[in-house]
Amino acid sequence: MKFGVVIFPGSNCDQDLIHVVRDIMGKPCEPLWHKDHSLRGCDFILLPGGFSYGDYLRSGAIARFSPIMQEVIEFADKGGFVFGICNGFQILTESRLLPGALLHNRNHQFICKNVSLRCETDESFITSKLKVGQRLTIPIAHGEGRFHCDAETLTSLQDNRQILFRYCDEQGEVTDAANPNGALDNIAGICNKGRNVFGMMPHPERCSSSLLGNTDGKLIFDSILNTVLA
Amino acid sequence: MKFQAHIDVMPQKALLDPQGRAVTASMKNLSLSEIGNVRIGKHITLEIEADTESAAREKVDLACKKLLANPIMETYTFELSPA
Repeated sequence: MKFGVVIFPGSNCDQDLIHVVRDIMGKPCEPLWHKDHSLRGCDFILLPGGFSYGDYLRSGAIARFSPIMQEVIEFADKGGFVFGICNGFQILTESRLLPGALLHNRNHQFICKNVSLRCETDESFITSKLKVGQRLTIPIAHGEGRFHCDAETLTSLQDNRQILFRYCDEQGEVTDAANPNGALDNIAGICNKGRNVFGMMPHPERCSSSLLGNTDGKLIFDSILNTVLA
Repeated sequence: MKFQAHIDVMPQKALLDPQGRAVTASMKNLSLSEIGNVRIGKHITLEIEADTESAAREKVDLACKKLLANPIMETYTFELSPA
Protein backbone atom coordinates (compact mmCIF):
# COMPACT_ATOMS: atom_id res chain seq x y z
CA MET A 1 0.00 0.00 0.00
CA LYS A 2 1.72 3.16 -1.21
CA PHE A 3 0.33 6.67 -0.92
CA GLY A 4 1.11 9.48 -3.37
CA VAL A 5 0.88 13.18 -2.52
CA VAL A 6 0.64 15.47 -5.54
CA ILE A 7 2.59 18.72 -5.25
CA PHE A 8 1.41 21.65 -7.38
CA PRO A 9 3.13 25.03 -7.49
CA GLY A 10 1.43 26.78 -4.57
CA SER A 11 0.53 23.63 -2.59
CA ASN A 12 1.34 24.26 1.07
CA CYS A 13 -0.06 21.27 2.96
CA ASP A 14 1.86 18.61 1.01
CA GLN A 15 4.59 18.13 3.63
CA ASP A 16 2.01 17.89 6.43
CA LEU A 17 0.29 15.07 4.53
CA ILE A 18 3.55 13.28 3.80
CA HIS A 19 4.47 13.56 7.50
CA VAL A 20 1.14 12.08 8.60
CA VAL A 21 1.33 9.16 6.15
CA ARG A 22 5.00 8.32 6.75
CA ASP A 23 5.64 9.23 10.37
CA ILE A 24 2.23 8.81 12.01
CA MET A 25 0.58 6.10 9.90
CA GLY A 26 3.88 4.39 9.09
CA LYS A 27 3.12 3.87 5.40
CA PRO A 28 5.25 4.61 2.33
CA CYS A 29 4.49 7.88 0.64
CA GLU A 30 5.73 9.20 -2.68
CA PRO A 31 5.72 12.92 -3.56
CA LEU A 32 4.35 13.36 -7.10
CA TRP A 33 5.24 16.53 -9.03
CA HIS A 34 2.51 18.27 -11.05
CA LYS A 35 4.51 17.85 -14.27
CA ASP A 36 4.87 14.08 -13.79
CA HIS A 37 3.07 11.74 -16.18
CA SER A 38 3.09 8.74 -13.86
CA LEU A 39 1.57 7.90 -10.47
CA ARG A 40 4.61 5.65 -9.82
CA GLY A 41 2.58 2.69 -8.66
CA CYS A 42 0.80 4.54 -5.87
CA ASP A 43 -2.43 2.93 -4.64
CA PHE A 44 -3.97 5.95 -2.93
CA ILE A 45 -3.58 9.52 -4.21
CA LEU A 46 -3.83 12.53 -1.89
CA LEU A 47 -4.34 16.06 -3.24
CA PRO A 48 -3.15 18.56 -0.62
CA GLY A 49 -4.36 21.98 0.46
CA GLY A 50 -2.82 25.24 -0.63
CA PHE A 51 -3.19 27.63 -3.52
CA SER A 52 -2.32 25.63 -6.62
CA TYR A 53 -1.22 27.92 -9.47
CA GLY A 54 -1.96 30.88 -7.19
CA ASP A 55 -5.70 30.06 -7.32
CA TYR A 56 -5.70 32.10 -10.54
CA LEU A 57 -8.99 32.16 -12.47
CA ARG A 58 -10.78 29.91 -9.93
CA SER A 59 -9.41 27.66 -7.17
CA GLY A 60 -8.29 24.39 -8.75
CA ALA A 61 -9.19 25.40 -12.32
CA ILE A 62 -5.64 25.45 -13.68
CA ALA A 63 -4.41 22.49 -11.61
CA ARG A 64 -7.14 20.38 -13.19
CA PHE A 65 -5.31 20.59 -16.54
CA SER A 66 -1.81 19.83 -15.20
CA PRO A 67 -0.13 16.67 -16.59
CA ILE A 68 -0.38 14.67 -13.34
CA MET A 69 -4.12 15.33 -13.10
CA GLN A 70 -4.72 13.55 -16.41
CA GLU A 71 -3.20 10.47 -14.75
CA VAL A 72 -5.21 11.03 -11.55
CA ILE A 73 -8.48 11.35 -13.51
CA GLU A 74 -7.76 8.14 -15.45
CA PHE A 75 -6.82 6.37 -12.18
CA ALA A 76 -10.04 7.53 -10.48
CA ASP A 77 -12.17 6.56 -13.49
CA LYS A 78 -10.81 3.01 -13.12
CA GLY A 79 -11.81 2.95 -9.44
CA GLY A 80 -8.51 4.18 -7.92
CA PHE A 81 -8.67 5.97 -4.56
CA VAL A 82 -8.28 9.76 -4.59
CA PHE A 83 -8.75 12.05 -1.58
CA GLY A 84 -8.60 15.85 -1.88
CA ILE A 85 -8.35 18.14 1.12
CA CYS A 86 -9.25 21.86 0.85
CA ASN A 87 -7.58 22.98 -2.41
CA GLY A 88 -7.47 19.27 -3.30
CA PHE A 89 -11.28 19.15 -2.94
CA GLN A 90 -11.55 22.24 -5.17
CA ILE A 91 -9.36 20.53 -7.81
CA LEU A 92 -11.57 17.42 -7.68
CA THR A 93 -14.77 19.42 -8.30
CA GLU A 94 -13.09 21.35 -11.12
CA SER A 95 -12.04 17.97 -12.56
CA ARG A 96 -15.68 16.77 -12.27
CA LEU A 97 -14.45 13.78 -10.27
CA LEU A 98 -16.73 15.13 -7.54
CA PRO A 99 -20.03 16.95 -8.10
CA GLY A 100 -20.63 20.62 -7.24
CA ALA A 101 -18.32 23.58 -6.82
CA LEU A 102 -16.69 25.55 -4.00
CA LEU A 103 -17.66 29.24 -3.99
CA HIS A 104 -16.37 32.26 -2.08
CA ASN A 105 -17.34 32.08 1.58
CA ARG A 106 -20.65 33.81 2.30
CA ASN A 107 -18.88 36.56 4.33
CA HIS A 108 -16.12 36.91 1.69
CA GLN A 109 -13.45 36.34 4.35
CA PHE A 110 -10.67 33.80 4.62
CA ILE A 111 -11.64 31.70 7.65
CA CYS A 112 -9.00 29.88 9.69
CA LYS A 113 -10.38 28.21 12.82
CA ASN A 114 -11.42 24.93 14.42
CA VAL A 115 -14.91 23.81 13.44
CA SER A 116 -17.15 20.92 14.49
CA LEU A 117 -18.07 18.29 11.93
CA ARG A 118 -20.79 15.67 12.14
CA CYS A 119 -20.06 12.34 10.50
CA GLU A 120 -23.00 11.55 8.22
CA THR A 121 -22.11 8.03 7.10
CA ASP A 122 -19.67 5.31 8.08
CA GLU A 123 -20.04 3.75 4.63
CA SER A 124 -16.92 5.28 3.11
CA PHE A 125 -13.24 4.51 3.16
CA ILE A 126 -12.46 7.74 5.00
CA THR A 127 -15.18 7.44 7.67
CA SER A 128 -15.27 3.69 8.33
CA LYS A 129 -13.82 4.06 11.85
CA LEU A 130 -16.36 6.76 12.76
CA LYS A 131 -19.93 6.43 13.97
CA VAL A 132 -22.82 8.24 12.30
CA GLY A 133 -23.46 11.36 14.37
CA GLN A 134 -19.93 11.39 15.83
CA ARG A 135 -18.58 14.92 16.22
CA LEU A 136 -15.02 15.79 15.24
CA THR A 137 -13.09 19.03 15.76
CA ILE A 138 -11.01 19.78 12.68
CA PRO A 139 -9.60 23.12 11.47
CA ILE A 140 -10.66 24.87 8.28
CA ALA A 141 -8.50 27.42 6.42
CA HIS A 142 -10.11 28.66 3.24
CA GLY A 143 -11.63 31.61 1.41
CA GLU A 144 -13.57 29.53 -1.12
CA GLY A 145 -15.25 26.67 0.69
CA ARG A 146 -18.97 27.31 0.21
CA PHE A 147 -20.14 24.04 -1.32
CA HIS A 148 -22.77 24.53 -4.00
CA CYS A 149 -24.64 22.26 -6.41
CA ASP A 150 -28.05 22.25 -8.07
CA ALA A 151 -31.13 20.80 -6.35
CA GLU A 152 -31.05 17.59 -8.38
CA THR A 153 -27.40 16.93 -7.47
CA LEU A 154 -28.09 17.61 -3.78
CA THR A 155 -30.94 15.06 -3.80
CA SER A 156 -28.65 12.54 -5.46
CA LEU A 157 -25.90 13.20 -2.87
CA GLN A 158 -28.42 12.65 -0.07
CA ASP A 159 -30.07 9.60 -1.62
CA ASN A 160 -26.74 7.88 -2.29
CA ARG A 161 -25.28 8.77 1.13
CA GLN A 162 -22.44 10.69 -0.51
CA ILE A 163 -22.40 13.44 2.14
CA LEU A 164 -19.62 12.44 4.54
CA PHE A 165 -19.37 15.46 6.86
CA ARG A 166 -21.58 18.44 7.72
CA TYR A 167 -20.70 21.49 9.80
CA CYS A 168 -22.38 21.32 13.21
CA ASP A 169 -22.26 23.02 16.62
CA GLU A 170 -20.51 21.65 19.71
CA GLN A 171 -23.59 19.62 20.58
CA GLY A 172 -23.50 17.96 17.17
CA GLU A 173 -26.54 19.86 15.86
CA VAL A 174 -26.38 20.91 12.21
CA THR A 175 -27.47 24.58 12.32
CA ASP A 176 -27.02 27.63 10.13
CA ALA A 177 -25.12 29.35 12.97
CA ALA A 178 -22.57 26.49 12.87
CA ASN A 179 -22.10 26.86 9.11
CA PRO A 180 -18.83 28.81 8.75
CA ASN A 181 -18.95 29.54 5.02
CA GLY A 182 -22.58 29.25 3.91
CA ALA A 183 -22.14 25.79 2.38
CA LEU A 184 -25.31 24.26 0.93
CA ASP A 185 -26.88 21.88 3.49
CA ASN A 186 -23.81 22.57 5.75
CA ILE A 187 -21.80 20.20 3.52
CA ALA A 188 -18.11 19.94 4.50
CA GLY A 189 -17.13 16.74 2.69
CA ILE A 190 -18.52 14.34 0.07
CA CYS A 191 -17.60 11.32 -2.00
CA ASN A 192 -18.50 10.31 -5.55
CA LYS A 193 -21.16 7.77 -6.44
CA GLY A 194 -18.49 5.06 -6.91
CA ARG A 195 -17.21 5.83 -3.37
CA ASN A 196 -13.55 5.92 -4.46
CA VAL A 197 -13.10 9.73 -4.69
CA PHE A 198 -13.36 11.86 -1.54
CA GLY A 199 -13.15 15.58 -0.82
CA MET A 200 -13.41 17.71 2.29
CA MET A 201 -12.66 21.36 3.09
CA PRO A 202 -11.43 20.85 6.71
CA HIS A 203 -7.82 19.74 7.27
CA PRO A 204 -7.50 16.37 9.09
CA GLU A 205 -3.72 16.38 8.49
CA ARG A 206 -3.44 19.43 10.77
CA CYS A 207 -4.86 17.53 13.74
CA SER A 208 -3.44 14.02 13.55
CA SER A 209 -0.69 14.27 16.13
CA SER A 210 -0.98 14.48 19.93
CA LEU A 211 1.85 17.04 19.77
CA LEU A 212 -0.67 19.40 18.16
CA GLY A 213 -3.24 18.83 20.89
CA ASN A 214 -5.89 17.22 18.70
CA THR A 215 -5.95 13.82 17.03
CA ASP A 216 -9.49 13.85 15.58
CA GLY A 217 -8.02 14.02 12.07
CA LYS A 218 -6.13 10.77 12.62
CA LEU A 219 -9.47 8.92 12.78
CA ILE A 220 -9.88 9.68 9.08
CA PHE A 221 -6.44 8.31 8.19
CA ASP A 222 -7.09 5.31 10.49
CA SER A 223 -10.32 4.73 8.54
CA ILE A 224 -8.38 4.64 5.26
CA LEU A 225 -5.95 2.04 6.59
CA ASN A 226 -8.79 0.11 8.24
CA THR A 227 -10.75 -0.31 5.01
CA VAL A 228 -8.32 -0.04 2.13
CA LEU A 229 -5.91 -2.51 3.69
CA ALA A 230 -8.70 -4.80 4.89
CA MET B 1 -6.95 35.93 -39.52
CA LYS B 2 -6.47 37.14 -36.01
CA PHE B 3 -9.49 37.88 -33.86
CA GLN B 4 -9.83 39.36 -30.42
CA ALA B 5 -12.40 37.99 -28.00
CA HIS B 6 -13.93 39.97 -25.16
CA ILE B 7 -15.35 37.49 -22.66
CA ASP B 8 -17.57 38.26 -19.66
CA VAL B 9 -17.83 35.64 -16.93
CA MET B 10 -20.49 36.30 -14.29
CA PRO B 11 -21.63 34.44 -11.18
CA GLN B 12 -24.93 32.67 -11.85
CA LYS B 13 -27.90 34.95 -11.13
CA ALA B 14 -29.34 32.64 -8.47
CA LEU B 15 -26.08 32.56 -6.49
CA LEU B 16 -25.10 34.88 -3.69
CA ASP B 17 -22.20 37.12 -4.80
CA PRO B 18 -20.56 38.22 -1.53
CA GLN B 19 -18.17 40.61 -3.30
CA GLY B 20 -21.04 42.32 -5.10
CA ARG B 21 -23.04 42.50 -1.90
CA ALA B 22 -20.15 44.23 -0.05
CA VAL B 23 -19.80 46.77 -2.88
CA THR B 24 -23.58 47.35 -2.93
CA ALA B 25 -23.44 48.12 0.80
CA SER B 26 -20.57 50.57 0.32
CA MET B 27 -22.63 52.57 -2.19
CA LYS B 28 -24.50 54.01 0.80
CA ASN B 29 -21.22 55.52 2.01
CA LEU B 30 -20.97 57.38 -1.31
CA SER B 31 -24.52 58.67 -0.89
CA LEU B 32 -25.48 56.54 -3.88
CA SER B 33 -28.05 54.39 -2.14
CA GLU B 34 -30.17 54.27 -5.30
CA ILE B 35 -27.57 51.82 -6.68
CA GLY B 36 -28.33 48.22 -5.81
CA ASN B 37 -27.68 44.61 -6.79
CA VAL B 38 -24.00 45.08 -7.77
CA ARG B 39 -22.64 41.81 -9.15
CA ILE B 40 -18.97 41.25 -9.90
CA GLY B 41 -17.55 38.94 -12.53
CA LYS B 42 -14.48 38.81 -14.75
CA HIS B 43 -13.67 40.37 -18.09
CA ILE B 44 -11.16 38.34 -20.12
CA THR B 45 -9.62 39.31 -23.46
CA LEU B 46 -7.67 36.99 -25.71
CA GLU B 47 -6.41 36.79 -29.27
CA ILE B 48 -7.02 33.84 -31.54
CA GLU B 49 -5.85 32.81 -35.01
CA ALA B 50 -8.59 31.23 -37.15
CA ASP B 51 -9.62 31.05 -40.82
CA THR B 52 -13.12 32.32 -40.21
CA GLU B 53 -15.06 34.08 -37.51
CA SER B 54 -17.23 31.03 -36.91
CA ALA B 55 -14.12 28.85 -36.40
CA ALA B 56 -12.78 31.41 -33.93
CA ARG B 57 -16.16 31.47 -32.16
CA GLU B 58 -16.15 27.69 -31.80
CA LYS B 59 -12.66 27.66 -30.24
CA VAL B 60 -13.38 30.53 -27.82
CA ASP B 61 -16.59 28.78 -26.78
CA LEU B 62 -14.60 25.62 -26.06
CA ALA B 63 -12.05 27.59 -24.00
CA CYS B 64 -14.89 29.13 -21.99
CA LYS B 65 -16.61 25.78 -21.42
CA LYS B 66 -13.45 23.90 -20.46
CA LEU B 67 -11.46 26.44 -18.49
CA LEU B 68 -12.48 30.11 -18.41
CA ALA B 69 -15.90 29.59 -16.83
CA ASN B 70 -17.33 26.89 -14.57
CA PRO B 71 -20.96 26.29 -15.65
CA ILE B 72 -21.84 25.03 -12.16
CA MET B 73 -21.31 28.53 -10.74
CA GLU B 74 -20.90 30.93 -13.67
CA THR B 75 -22.33 32.03 -17.02
CA TYR B 76 -20.35 33.55 -19.88
CA THR B 77 -20.88 35.66 -23.00
CA PHE B 78 -18.33 36.91 -25.53
CA GLU B 79 -17.89 39.13 -28.55
CA LEU B 80 -15.36 38.75 -31.36
CA SER B 81 -13.72 41.46 -33.42
CA PRO B 82 -10.82 41.48 -35.91
CA ALA B 83 -7.58 42.06 -33.95
